[in-house]
Amino acid sequence: MGWTKEQLLARLQELQIDFSKYEHPVVLTVEAQAKYVGHMKGALSKNLFLKDKKQRYYIVSALPETKVDLKVLSQRLGLGKGGIRMAPEEALGEILQVPLGCVTPFALVNESARKVSLLLDQGFKNHECCFFHPLSNDTSIALHVRDLDKFLNSIGKTPAYVDLEANPAVGKDQPPDLATLVPSDATILADTPEKHGSSQGSEKNHISVNNQPTVVTVAKAVKPSTAYTKEKPPSAVNLSISYADPEKFVEEILEKTRTIVLAEVKEENIEKHREQLATMISNSISKQLGLELKNIATIFKNTAYTEGFKAGIHHQPKRL
Amino acid sequence: MENQNKEEEEQIVTPWEVTAEKGGKIDYDKLIDKFGCQRLDQSLVDRVARLTARPPHVFLRRGVFFAHRDFNDVLDAYERGEKFYLYTGRGPSSEALHLGHLVPFMFTKYLQDAFKVPLVIQLTDDEKCMWKNLTVEESQRLARENAKDIIACGFDVSRTFIFSDFDYVGGSFYKNMVKIAKCVTYNKVVGIFGFSGEDHIGKVSFPPVQAAPSFPSSFPHLFSGKDSLRCLIPCAIDQDPYFRMTRDVAPRIGYHKPALIESSFFPPFRFHDGETGKMSASDPNSAIYVTDSAKDIKNKVNRYAFSGGQDSIENHRKYGANLEVDIPIKYLGFFLEDDAELEHIRTEYGAGRMLTGEVKKRLIEVLTELVERHRRARAAVTDEMVDAFMAVRPLPNMFS
Repeated sequence: MGWTKEQLLARLQELQIDFSKYEHPVVLTVEAQAKYVGHMKGALSKNLFLKDKKQRYYIVSALPETKVDLKVLSQRLGLGKGGIRMAPEEALGEILQVPLGCVTPFALVNESARKVSLLLDQGFKNHECCFFHPLSNDTSIALHVRDLDKFLNSIGKTPAYVDLEANPAVGKDQPPDLATLVPSDATILADTPEKHGSSQGSEKNHISVNNQPTVVTVAKAVKPSTAYTKEKPPSAVNLSISYADPEKFVEEILEKTRTIVLAEVKEENIEKHREQLATMISNSISKQLGLELKNIATIFKNTAYTEGFKAGIHHQPKRL
Repeated sequence: MENQNKEEEEQIVTPWEVTAEKGGKIDYDKLIDKFGCQRLDQSLVDRVARLTARPPHVFLRRGVFFAHRDFNDVLDAYERGEKFYLYTGRGPSSEALHLGHLVPFMFTKYLQDAFKVPLVIQLTDDEKCMWKNLTVEESQRLARENAKDIIACGFDVSRTFIFSDFDYVGGSFYKNMVKIAKCVTYNKVVGIFGFSGEDHIGKVSFPPVQAAPSFPSSFPHLFSGKDSLRCLIPCAIDQDPYFRMTRDVAPRIGYHKPALIESSFFPPFRFHDGETGKMSASDPNSAIYVTDSAKDIKNKVNRYAFSGGQDSIENHRKYGANLEVDIPIKYLGFFLEDDAELEHIRTEYGAGRMLTGEVKKRLIEVLTELVERHRRARAAVTDEMVDAFMAVRPLPNMFS
């Protein structure tokens, strides 16, 4: 089960994080929340729970007045245009384990939200403190962002502050500036129908479409995820092993050769070529395999050289 | 770089901008005239085949690499037993490499294997840090990531030195940079690259960095005592201005002029208005990336590759396809090895007997195999292997 409000608050106290707690009737929107704590010192936050086409999830936590344009965000994350949208309601419960209208950075404490990426409005840093829900809509806590950072660090997350209104160009030579914030793995849900996000429902998660070109600030880099770190199937490990192991390497070559020979020795070819069958097969092998074998032989050589190189730099000179 | 007034009607080809004349394609003949380089004709291609005792690379056969400077001299020297070294590079500005990025490396690998010569690869992380406003760390990180894809193209570690500017500039390399810089006036560099008073001094002083690898004394750990070793630079033709400057300087500091072998541009997937120059990667659907899955490739080719086929089957059978604008045919020209098969497809498609779908299907096969092979090779590249390629070390067998 997900963390409760009490468990979270106890944890914050353990971490010696100062916060002010305000209880109020359940609220589902920033406007409603403002009625109860809006007059206090501190900035409210609007929190969006988003999802991209590859089942990766994001929380965007921003000042209510910050304009968040999902199209721009999608490009800045390197997801192309329209690559990101509001996550479906079910995901709220399954991944963040919070009720509707309660998206909050604190939800990342849950194991189920381990791979969710968090984008924080750089504007939070300009306020003495900011309000977030501590996993429940009937309470709001205010804390300074550096204490929020402390909490995030304690759960192994690096805080990423972003100028959410920036709209930098993204192109061939201008890489998407927020690409490092894309989670490296997809989160697979039990059965999530591909529904359009619940953007019409909760006002708390409203988005506006304006974007203003402002100076880009590159977000603090979280562990970069490339397509290669994402796909590390077991076979990748086996591959590099076969390039370091002569037996496996030769086996692979023989396997490929066998495949071709077996494919070519069939009745129609026997009839067609007869005495020339052997020549024809050996030509086939050269033509189909030549290039590929040269390539994998080069990889084999490079791997062996690298092993030697590594051993060489760690080599201890002979003791006299 | 801004070109104003009458230049606007002409095509623009510089290291930072490539656009064709209004609504047209790049005119490569005009480019050769304007730049003053030479056409790489069939006799040269045949000569290469003879000298290397192997069929010439598909990019030579299809005229992808179509221009050169002094390639004949390099071949003359080679015939006399004088070797040369190869120099190419990449500006690591993005993690995502597409097929267009691989083209110069695929060709350089062929040159390395065919002539059995060493190769230096420069990663201009400093350039991208300056021009694309990346942090130093980010550009260094991208350089290492790109190095992995480059290594995956199949270079021989015992003959290849990869270096990043941030790591390597200094020592003899820097001495050459200063020698080069002393020979190029500010006015000249403004004239060649179009710098303005607003450009920061980093940009203005960058050209010697890209010029220095053309001289063997920049690599004392490799070419010590071989000051007369020639250099051959495979590159895209938009890099010509850098090397015109370098060739101008070379005799004044006592070195051979570097020779160039230049390629045309990789066509973008689809032609938008005004986008008739280089492939653009701001739209991931306009390019095939080395990280694309087989499914991605199939989708992209089927949906986005601009077709020269007619709009209906009847018209197509009647008039045939327009091979001039058809993208799948162009791509097959780059990547389909078999000349006979390509010729067959061109004939049948041009006559309307073959449909766009079939051509695209063949292209998908070819590209998928290519990308798959690259991915396998890339998976075998470890950080230690990158370290090995980038280590400043002697290469004892680099000419054998």
